[in-house]
Order: sequence, then C-alpha cells, then structure tokens
Amino acid sequence: MSAVHEGRSTPDVATAKARRWGSWYVAEHRLRSMRAYAQTILATSIGNPVVYLFALGVGLATLVPTGVGDATYLQFVAPALLATAAVTVATEEFTYPVLMGFKWNPIFFGMNAAPISGTQIANGLALSVLARILVTCVIYFLFMLAFGAVPSPIGWLAILAATLTGTAIGLAIMAYTCTVEEDKGQMAVIMRFIVTPLFLFSGTFFPLTQLPLYLQWIGWISPLWHGTELGRLLTYGYEEPIWLTVIHVVYPLALAVFGLVAAQRIITRRLDK
Amino acid sequence: MSVAAQPAAASSKVLGDLYARNAKSVMWRGYTATKTNTYLVIVSGFFEPVFYLLSMGIGLGALVGTVATTTGQEVPYAAFIAPALLAVSAMNGAVYDSTWNVFFKMNYAKLYEGMLATSLGPLDVALGEISLALARGALYAAGFMAVMQALGLNLAWSAILALPAVVLIAFGFAAVGMAITSYLKTFQQMDWINFFMLPMFLFSATFYPITVYPEPIQWIVQALPLWHGVELVRGLTTGALSTALLGHALYYVVMIAVGLVVTTRRLRHVFLD
Amino acid sequence: MPQPVIRASNLVKKYKDFAAVGGIDFEIAPGESFGFLGPNGAGKSTTMRMIGAVSTRTGGELEILGLDPDKYGPEVRSQLGVVPQQDNLDVDLRVRDNLIVYGRYFGLPTRTIAPRADELLGFAQLSDRAKARVEDLSGGMKRRLTIARALINDPKILLLDEPTTGLDPQARHILWDRLFRLKEQGTTLVLTTHYMDEAEQLCDRLVVVDKGSIMAEGSPADLIRRFSSREVLEVRFGGGRNEEVASQLGGIGDRHEVLPDRILVYSQDGEAELSRIHQLGLKPITSLVRRSSLEDVFLRLTGRSLIE
Repeated sequence: MSAVHEGRSTPDVATAKARRWGSWYVAEHRLRSMRAYAQTILATSIGNPVVYLFALGVGLATLVPTGVGDATYLQFVAPALLATAAVTVATEEFTYPVLMGFKWNPIFFGMNAAPISGTQIANGLALSVLARILVTCVIYFLFMLAFGAVPSPIGWLAILAATLTGTAIGLAIMAYTCTVEEDKGQMAVIMRFIVTPLFLFSGTFFPLTQLPLYLQWIGWISPLWHGTELGRLLTYGYEEPIWLTVIHVVYPLALAVFGLVAAQRIITRRLDK
Repeated sequence: MSVAAQPAAASSKVLGDLYARNAKSVMWRGYTATKTNTYLVIVSGFFEPVFYLLSMGIGLGALVGTVATTTGQEVPYAAFIAPALLAVSAMNGAVYDSTWNVFFKMNYAKLYEGMLATSLGPLDVALGEISLALARGALYAAGFMAVMQALGLNLAWSAILALPAVVLIAFGFAAVGMAITSYLKTFQQMDWINFFMLPMFLFSATFYPITVYPEPIQWIVQALPLWHGVELVRGLTTGALSTALLGHALYYVVMIAVGLVVTTRRLRHVFLD
Repeated sequence: MPQPVIRASNLVKKYKDFAAVGGIDFEIAPGESFGFLGPNGAGKSTTMRMIGAVSTRTGGELEILGLDPDKYGPEVRSQLGVVPQQDNLDVDLRVRDNLIVYGRYFGLPTRTIAPRADELLGFAQLSDRAKARVEDLSGGMKRRLTIARALINDPKILLLDEPTTGLDPQARHILWDRLFRLKEQGTTLVLTTHYMDEAEQLCDRLVVVDKGSIMAEGSPADLIRRFSSREVLEVRFGGGRNEEVASQLGGIGDRHEVLPDRILVYSQDGEAELSRIHQLGLKPITSLVRRSSLEDVFLRLTGRSLIE
C-alpha cells in the first residue's frame, strides 16, 4: 500500500519490497478474488455448522442416547465436525483455484512476470487459505458454544487444532495439484478416494476402535483423526496418553511443512519453463 | 437428404421441431466422450456410497444397534442406512450430471449450440443427456445393491424393485436439475444448489428417523424430494410394502414431467430464439 | 437466374426495442459464394443465425431451399453446414470422433459417416491428427476441423461466420484455399467477414452491412468501381498534424478522408497526387500508393473504418 503514496518507486525499491512482502501480496490477491464468492463463503460458514451440528449432534444423537465414554454424542461429534470443516475449506481452496492459476486463468505466470517468486506464490496461497480456514473455524466454534458442545474452558484451543489439521491436509493437496498439467478429473479422484474416506474413517462419527483393523489404519495415518482427537482433548477433556497427544500435534505439523516446501519447489520449477 | 423430402410429414408430429427422435446420438456422444475419461473417475462414483456404508454401517452401527423404520420394523442400522445411501447417491449423481456438467457444456464448451445447429431438437438433447446419466446411475446402483446383498442388507425379495426405483429417483432429480440449470448464469449461482442439497441429504431420514424432529420440521422434510426417495427405496429393501410407496413414486413422476417440460422450453428459448 | 437457395425480403430481427437486423433483402443463387461485409455489431451474425434456422425472425420473409426456417427448423438444418464464429468443437472427443458423433446428430448411419469422415479429414489436411485431442490442435487446425465437421452431412449450403478471425496469415491462406476448393465443387458458401481481403478473395457477390441495414450490393470489383477511385494515396504527417494539413489539400485528388493516423487521397493516379503535395511544400513522413479496396468502399459508405 505504501508504495502508492511514495509515488513512483525505483526498480531497487520495488525489488526489495517484493522480496520482503511478496508472499503477502499474493495472499492479498487471493483474498480479494475470494470476494467473487464471498456470499457463498459466508452462507456456508454459517449454514454448515448449523446444519451439521443439528443433524448429527441433535438428530443422530437420539440413536446414541448413552453418548460416547464420558461425553454426550453432541460433545463427541462436534470437534470432529469442526476439524472436518477446516479440511473441507482447505480442499476447496487448494484444488481448483490452484489448477486454475496455472491453466485456465494463469495468474501465477503473471505474478512471476512481476518480481514475485514461486516460493512466495506458495507461501501466499498458504497464508490466504490459512486465513479463510481460521475464520471458518471461529464461526464454527461459536455455533458449537451455542449448541452447548464445549464444556471445557480451554475449548477454544480446538480452533487452532482444527486449523492445523485443515492446513496440513490442504498443503499436501496443494503440492500435488501443482504437479497437475492436464485436468483429467484428478481433483474428483482426490475428493472421492482421499478426502471422503478420510472424513468417514477418521473416528468422526464413532470412536476409531469401533472399526475392524483393516479399516482402522486409515485413521492412524489420517491427519483428520489426529486433529479430531486433539480437539476432543481440548473441548471436553478426552483422556489419552501424553505421547499420543504429542503425535497429534507433531504429525500434522510435519505434514504441513512437508507440503509447503514441496509446493514451493514444484511451483518454482513449473514457472521456470 | 430424405428428411427434407417430406417436410410436411415431419412437422405434423406433435412435438414438431422439438424432437427429432434421435436422442440416442446424444447418448452415443456421451459414451464416446466417457472413453477418453480417466478410468478412476468413472469407478469413483461406485465407491463413494460403499465407503459411507462401511463407515456408518459398521462403525456407527456398532454404537446404534437397531433402528425402527416408518412401519415400526426394527432393522440393523446398516440395513437402515443402505437404502438411504442408494437414494442419496442416485440424487447426487443425477444432480451433478444435470447441473455442473450441463452448465459447463451449455455456457463454456458451447456443446449444445453445436448440437442444435444440426437436425436435433432441444428434447433430443435433454433426453439424450439424461438417459446417459441414468444408465450410469443404474450401473452404480446395481453395484451397490450387490454389495448390500453380500452384506445381507437386502431384507426382502422386493429389494430387486429398488433398482428401477433408483432410476426413477435419478430421472426426477436430473429433469428438475437440468431445468434449474438452464436458468443459471454464473458458477456462483451453482453453489447455491449444493447449499440446498446438504441439509436435504442430512435431514431426509437418511441417518435416523424423522420422528426425532418436531412436527412442523417433519412436514418440511416430507415436502422435499429426497425423503420420498429414501422411503421408497427403504420400503422396498426392507419389504415394508404399502400404498405409500406408490405416492412416493408419483412424486417423482411429477418431477420428471415438470422438469422435462421446463427444460425443453428453456433450451428452445436459449438456443433457438 | 436459377431458383435462389436463400431468399430474404424485409427480414427483421429485434431484441426488445433494438433492431439487430432492420429489414434487409437479398437472394443467393445455388453455387454462389455470398458475403456479408461489415464491422462487429452490424447484424451479420444475427442474420446468419436466422439463416441457420436457430433464431426466429421478428418480421419479413425468409426462405431456405424453399422452406420457412421458422416452421421447418430441423428440415432446414439437416441441409446446412454451420461454422460458427467461435469453434465449438467437442473437446471431450478425439478429432475423428468429432466428425463421427456430429454426423450421428443428423441421424446418419455410421457406415455412411465413417468413410466420409476420413475423406473430410483428408480435405482438412488433418488425416495424421485423426486420434489427436482437440486441445492439442492449433487455431488453424481447429478451424479446419470445424469446417470438416460442418460438411459431414453433405450440406447444400455452408454457413461461415467470420471464418478466419483470430488466425495467423499463413493459416488464413490455407483456409481460403480449402474454401476455394469447395466453391469450385459447387457448394454454396455464405460467409460473414470484417476483413475486406477475405471478401475480395472468396465472394462472388457481397452486401455491405452496417447497423442492421444493407448499404450496397455487388461484386467486390463492382463495388470498388462504384464507390471508390482506382488508386489511393496514403500520407502521414504525424503528431496530430493530419487535420491541419488536410485543410490545405483542396483540389488534390477526387476527394480525401482524414483518419486519426493518416490522410487518404482518392485518385486515378496516386503518384501524380503525391508530387502535387510535394509541390505545395508539404513533407509527409511516409507515403504509400495502393489500389482501392473494400475498406475504402466501406469508409465511403459509412464514414467509418471497418476495424475499429
């Protein structure tokens, strides 16, 4: 913004600024273009928690009157839904918009023609999506409070757990999307063979241990399971060994870092063609 | 060209220039196009409901036990949701094919413009597109029913009738979906379709009986199409045959009729005016 | 004149209050190559859509091969080949499948279409691309495929809306060559264009259209003879001086037009006019003598240039 007020900037200044703030410029660009579907974003970030919490936390809960462990079914399912919402937003933002930026509406090449690097594009995309996930999760959490799904005073930390989960899965997907040169329906395959199974087999609606071992492993490698369990620990004091809690934090973090670094490299390589 | 030789005979048909009795060429186009698609995308349509069945039926079923259907029959949870998943997947497939897919072909690929420059009429295009979607839907449904049979979830001989019922449901959603799509101008408007579908999916007695709701909400759910589809298929797979099933089927017959009339009119208005 | 294949009289198309086509008359003979020349928004595409039996007229008469397209849409369309302004090839299908599938839309059996598709691929110089994806074709190849597709039903009339817009010069010449062959084979060609060179190359006869009306009709040479001089001298004085210099050019040439970047002097002998300008002590930055073209005809008729 300040460059505008200083009038014409010299090439040195422009380069220095781009080097320092480039990621933020990219993030700003993405956030501005989200305005095109701002209405939908707003409607879904309010509609989804209401609909899901009511359907599952109230409706489905009548079939599980004794709850799960010490928690009511609503308390049990709410943190899982929160983390799932984060994953949904991340998948939405890291698939088609990224594919589009390379192919149908190649803005990344345009950014690269200005003094913005591939690494900064990756970082900027990550930042913008992180912001959207965070907002979605905060709204979701407010509805969880309204439904009475959060007995613990430190429950709000579940927002961070969910955001981490969404970001981790999202960045991994972004790294893959950046490698897609031709759209042959890979995004649909990701949705149906990765995102949906993660949602269904991550102990979202029932404890993971209810599943036979041949399905349980999906939960172990699923960042969504880790994020959900972490959320449960924070919102209603679900008990588990401390080493498992450490894994719940470290595993998604590691995946996020891996996804981001991979995306930075892939984008840089792809722009250099 | 033999067609031109008897123009009077051709136009004396009731449908006139709306229908050239050549919907099969549109189906054939779709089939030829499918061959260039990724194999995984095509099979993914079959797996989605199976994943839901495994997750909810096995995992959640262990927590829930049995559930009472509308007729008061106590059935295992998996047998309760399996027919619902069948109806939902018919709805999702039909809606996707008739909204996103049609919207893209209409507004971006200009495919219908090309078709209607030939001797085809708008009804050929609408019927051809819908028929292909139905054929694919029927294939997925047959696969899913085989899975149900293997898991012992078809409780009565009448389950075999669920297959034509699913085609009827898909036809209803496809006809109405196409009619709605023909009015839409932007991708943002398309998002609202999903926004409407999600609560319908969750609230239509899919995962738990609607008796958990207060009566006014039950009325709303019963007014919506999916509930009729779920009840129809569930009645057939659990063997709870009654005249109510005919009512549910009639609901879809009306959807089909209204959808086809509106779609044909709109296609004519958009492309032949 | 033999029975015309297309006959329009007082043809009108209105969108609400706006008249896209405001009462035009024309007749096209079998085997003729007929053009609509005019700028964007002149009503050319609307006219083509009415001829193509996909747009109902608001008023007047229109007959295609003796049939009213509003009543006999499918019958008329089954005898036409349509090349729209924007390629609408089926990107989900391979090159050859595009032809086969399109032929099926006319209710033709595959055994008729298959050999015809191969023949047309040859005609469009795409035989070695039969299995390629449409996306991988160049702009010129896509255009030729669209033309081949329009010929799959062996149409009596081929409608081409801006056939070479957006193509590079080489691709245009290849396309013109193909269209010329069709013309030689006796196919009736109806085309719209805003390129005068294209109209001169391809059209036996054309109408100049502007704002939904026909301004003039005739063969390209005839129109040039009637509405322009033999030669045109183009002089540039640069930097906004054209207007000022033009006022001193009275008596030079038959007449002149001042454009933003140059002055056009119409005359029988361009070189002679140039030396007279030099004699006046005026020094143009550049000068060029050329033959009159349809562009000049259009400028004369409308006071505007074709490509704005």
